[in-house]
Order: sequence, then structure tokens, then C-alpha cells
Amino acid sequence: MRKIFSHTEGMITDPMHYCPGCTHGIIHRLVGETLIELGIRERAVGISPVGCSVFTYKYFRCDMFQASHGRAPAVATGAKRCRPELVVFCYQGDGDLAAIGTSEIIHAANRGEKITCIFVNNAIYGMTGGQMAPTTIPGQRTSTTPGGRNVAEDGFPLKMSEILSQLQTPGYIARVSMHSPAEIIKAKQIVRKAFEYQVSNTCFSFVEFLSTCPTNWGMSPVDSLNWMKTNMLPYYPLGEHKIPEKHEGGSR
Amino acid sequence: MAKILMKGNEAIGEAAIKAGCLHFFGYPITPQNELPEYLSKRLPQVGGKYIQTESEVATSNMIFGAAGVGVRVMTSSSSPGISLMSEGLSYLAGAELPAVIVNMMRAGPGLAGILPAQSDYAHATRGTAHGDFELIVLAPSSVQEAVDLTILSFELAEKYRNPVMLLGDGMIGQMMEPVEFPDVEVGPPMKAADWALTGCKGREPRLVSSLFLDPVELNEKNHERFARYKVIKDNEARHELYNCDEPYDVLITAFGVMSRVCKSAIQELKGQGINVGMFRPITVKPFPSEQCSAAIFKSKRVLDVEMNMGQMLVDIQLAANGKREVDFMGKCGGLTPSIEDVIESVHSTLAKIKGGVA
Ligand SMILES: Cc1ncc(C[n+]2csc(CCOP(=O)(O)OP(=O)(O)O)c2C)c(N)n1
Ligand code: SF4
Repeated sequence: MRKIFSHTEGMITDPMHYCPGCTHGIIHRLVGETLIELGIRERAVGISPVGCSVFTYKYFRCDMFQASHGRAPAVATGAKRCRPELVVFCYQGDGDLAAIGTSEIIHAANRGEKITCIFVNNAIYGMTGGQMAPTTIPGQRTSTTPGGRNVAEDGFPLKMSEILSQLQTPGYIARVSMHSPAEIIKAKQIVRKAFEYQVSNTCFSFVEFLSTCPTNWGMSPVDSLNWMKTNMLPYYPLGEHKIPEKHEGGSR
Repeated sequence: MAKILMKGNEAIGEAAIKAGCLHFFGYPITPQNELPEYLSKRLPQVGGKYIQTESEVATSNMIFGAAGVGVRVMTSSSSPGISLMSEGLSYLAGAELPAVIVNMMRAGPGLAGILPAQSDYAHATRGTAHGDFELIVLAPSSVQEAVDLTILSFELAEKYRNPVMLLGDGMIGQMMEPVEFPDVEVGPPMKAADWALTGCKGREPRLVSSLFLDPVELNEKNHERFARYKVIKDNEARHELYNCDEPYDVLITAFGVMSRVCKSAIQELKGQGINVGMFRPITVKPFPSEQCSAAIFKSKRVLDVEMNMGQMLVDIQLAANGKREVDFMGKCGGLTPSIEDVIESVHSTLAKIKGGVA
């Protein structure tokens, strides 16, 4: 019989620690497959964040850093500038990237670091037990917004893809979603493109994933996917927000 | 190589290149700006990289990334910036990565002042950041020594896989003195390390991490690290004894540039027929405690002189071990105790010895 689906060589086959129905695992898979398809696994260095994906380093079959909370793009900058032959990627959650690490991601993008950032937006702090994230959507209940996110006090959720797209520096910025197989297939193409921009030394690349957290959203995996589609998609439009080719300024 | 006249900050930058360091990450702050400015010009000339960062928090994590891929890396800052680097310093130590951090200390706390001080001895030697670790900390007293210790810093960082801090009183960076460098254009690169993340071609993937969730493993890691600190203390502790061959009643203890003021005071006191010895730690971490004790026990009483409120005092008192009294004289805020201040304090310490004040 012909084998049509198997583990990717880009990942280690150990069981993952993620909760059932969490889409972190699918995102890992897309990155792992890309490392193999582009033939870059042996020169890849990944950076795991602080958050539920802190153990990312256990799953990718490549050299890995474990970084401090929010600083993965700074660690990536240090690694890539010193060894430009490496393919360096960060994997970060929304608390990590859009709260404590806002400065690091904006400046890495603005310097045009030739790194790839995988940004997992699940609208909540997963690891610490479901507190409000900078990306929690208006009205969303979390353990620290029991009455729902109140934009008068908490402000509106940060749209990181849009924020980074404002920068004059050329970059590749896209948002994808994990709510359906069709979207996952689209996401795969975008992850591949993001890494290709790094491999061709073109620009900084960033892929924002809308992802679920069934555990802290307090929903079943299926309800989580539906909730994400209904509540997150309208606020966080999908697609390529910025591509380097269209860019007029900069030094390309 | 012939001696050349150079500002301390620039000399440290050149020394890093001579040590084979081609990567510098930093954020501007007085009084160390000449160092990154110098390297922003020099590093590209020798095939290196200078990167101006967005903050010292980012800096400390960039050097973590650079060290993790197995290259020599340096940053420099001054007191408030070093506070922000605490995070990265703890992670560097936890992940056992070599890096060199220069602190050209200015007056504190808070934004305080930009004038030279020794305000961060305690931060550098004790309370650097969270967790069980120590830095190796070297305190130069001249521009030449700053050059030599910069080169040594890289050696120690790599030998012991631990971050090393060059702790300079602001004036070390600002003053110009004749210096001599090793006779190389650029030092050799770091040896390929079996822990560095260089891409896993032909080997198993590697991990650079400070995360150890298993308490038994973390306990062992920390014990292993502190066993290494003991080896460092036994083998790398450095100090200077000044005027200690003749018998002395008073021993002065001082580090960094302060020791030079004390030396001048000791010379003047000689003219007055008073012999005073001086002990200067060069590695302030590990502190050369045994050597300090030996010098202390030859005295009747100790005078510790610092450009702060007495941050090294506790190390001196520990070395005195309750067997000698330790007086303290210090100025801070950017003031430096003068030769006259030191002489006056020596006289008051002598008076206490004569008066039998314990
Ligand atoms: C400096 C620091 N502050 C706080 C924490 C605690 N902390 C651990 S994970 C986390 C939130 C991570 O949430 P997110 O980035 O959204 O990732 P997720 O867990 O949802 O995947 C926080 C605040 C920490 N480890 N370090
Ligand atoms: S807590 Fe949420 S984000 Fe974390 S693993 Fe579980 S479902 Fe995924």
C-alpha cells in the first residue's frame, strides 16, 4: 500500500504536551514540513518562547534556543547577525510577542532582520491559566476580565500584522487561520513563502496564526474552531498584509 | 607593539577586537558612548558587526543569541542600562553561555548622575539578577589594565562558560593613557564548541536553554555551576598588594581607580613616616578572600575606601572575620575621595588604634 501521510522529518515524533484540540500542534507541523521541503532543517535554528509553546524545542528536529519571555526576536537577531548562513525562526504566543515583547518584534521587523516569526494568536494567555492577552477580543471573558474585555479600560486588541505592515522597511507579513482544513492548506503555502523570503535573504517575514485555546476558552475543540471563526476572523482579517515586492521605499 | 595614547572606552573596544570579538550589540548611555562609537567604525573594517539595539533588555537577549551560536560577543553599558540587562545575564548564566559585558559605572540609584562612581559593585558581585548564579567580575584601575582584563574576560568566559563583567568606574572609560595591545590585527575566532547552535548537519540537534523543570536536575545543575565557581575562585582570583612589604598598622582596601588615589596617599604618608599597605582585588568576583585576609591579619586595623556607600565593605569584613575592625570612608554621587580625604581617614584609623578603640 502506498503511504500517503506520515510524520515529517522536520519534527521529533514524541507525543506533544498540548491540550486536546489545541491548534499549536498543527502550526508546528506546518513549520516542520517547511523545514524539510525547503531543505533547511540542518541549518535551521528555532527559538522557543515563554508560553504554552515553551517546549517547542522538544518537537522541532533542528537546533533550538529557549528564550526569555518576549525576547525571541532579539535572540534571533543575535544569532542571525552572527551566523547569517543559518535560517532562524521564532515561535511566539500573543502574550509573548504582543505584550512583553512588543518592542523586540517591532524593532527586529524594522531593522529588516532576515528571520521568520511564527506568531500564535489565541487571544489569551494559555500557559498561565487564561488571563487577558493583548489580543483578547472586545467582550471576551478571561480569568482577569470576568466581565469581558472592557475596551474603555483595557483598550482594543492589538493587530500585530497591521502594526508591523505600517513599517517602511520591506517585509513579508501575513495572517492565517487554523479553523478549517482549507485554511490550514493556505497557511502552509504562506509559511513556506515566509521561509523562502528568509532563505533568499530578501526580508523579515512574519506569519500570524489565529489559533485556539479550548482549555482556557472553556469550550470543546469543535466549538473553539467555530468561536474563532465567528469572533476572531472579523477582527483579524486574513491574508497577506505586506509583501516586499510591492514596497516602494527601502533599499531593495 | 608601541604604546599609543587612547581613551579607556576606545581602548576596551580595540582590546575586544584583539581578543577576536567581532560582534557588538549596544544601546547608547553616558559615560561609555565612545566604546560603541569606536566599534561602529572599527568592526566593519575587520569584518565584524556592530548593532545598535532598541534597549538594554533587547541587548542582553541579542548577546544571548550571539553567544548561543558560538561566537565571541560583547556589549557595554552603564549602571541604569546594566539594570535592564539583568534578564539576559541570568539567562546567559543559566544556559552557560560565554559573553563579555562592560559596565562603566555612573552614580546611582535611579537616573542619578552621569559622573563616575563605583555604584554597582553589589549589583555585579551579588544581586545581579534572579537565580543562583554569579558573574565573573574584573575591575581595572588603569586603561592598560582595562585592555588586559578585556582580553582575559573573553578567555575566562569561554573557559568557564559564564558571562564575565568588566567593571569600570566611569573615569576608566573617559581618561586617556598610553596603552599597548597584543601584536595581532584581530584575535583568532572562538574554537568550535560542542554546544553551539550552528545547524545540525551531521549531528543531533542541540538545545541552548536555561529551563530545567525537574527539580533534581536543576539542583544538580546549580551545584555543578557553583562547584565551577569554586574552581574559578581557586584558580583565577587576582589581586594587587601595594606597599605591603614593610610592616604596616593600617591596611587600605580599595578597587578600581580609587586604588590609585590611595596609592598617592600612601606615598605622602610615607613622607610623614607612616607606612600603610593596600590590598586591591582585581577580580571582585570571585573575591580573593584568602589573600585579603592574609593582608588584613598583618595590620592592626583596616580602612576601606570606595566611591560608593560601602558596597565592598562586606567582603572586607568577611575577610577580616571579626578579627580586625574595618573603618569605611566613601564618597559617591560622582565625587571621588581625594588624596587628602584618604590621608585624613588613615590618621583617624591610626588614632583609633592608639586610643584602643575596638
Ligand atoms: C518575565 C516573565 N513574566 C511573566 C512570566 C509568566 N508567563 C509565563 S507564560 C505567560 C503567558 C504566555 O502567553 P502567550 O504568549 O499568549 O502564549 P500561550 O501560552 O497562550 O501559547 C506568562 C505571562 C514569565 N515566565 N516571565
Ligand atoms: S492551554 Fe490553550 S494554548 Fe495552551 S496547550 Fe492548552 S489549549 Fe493550547
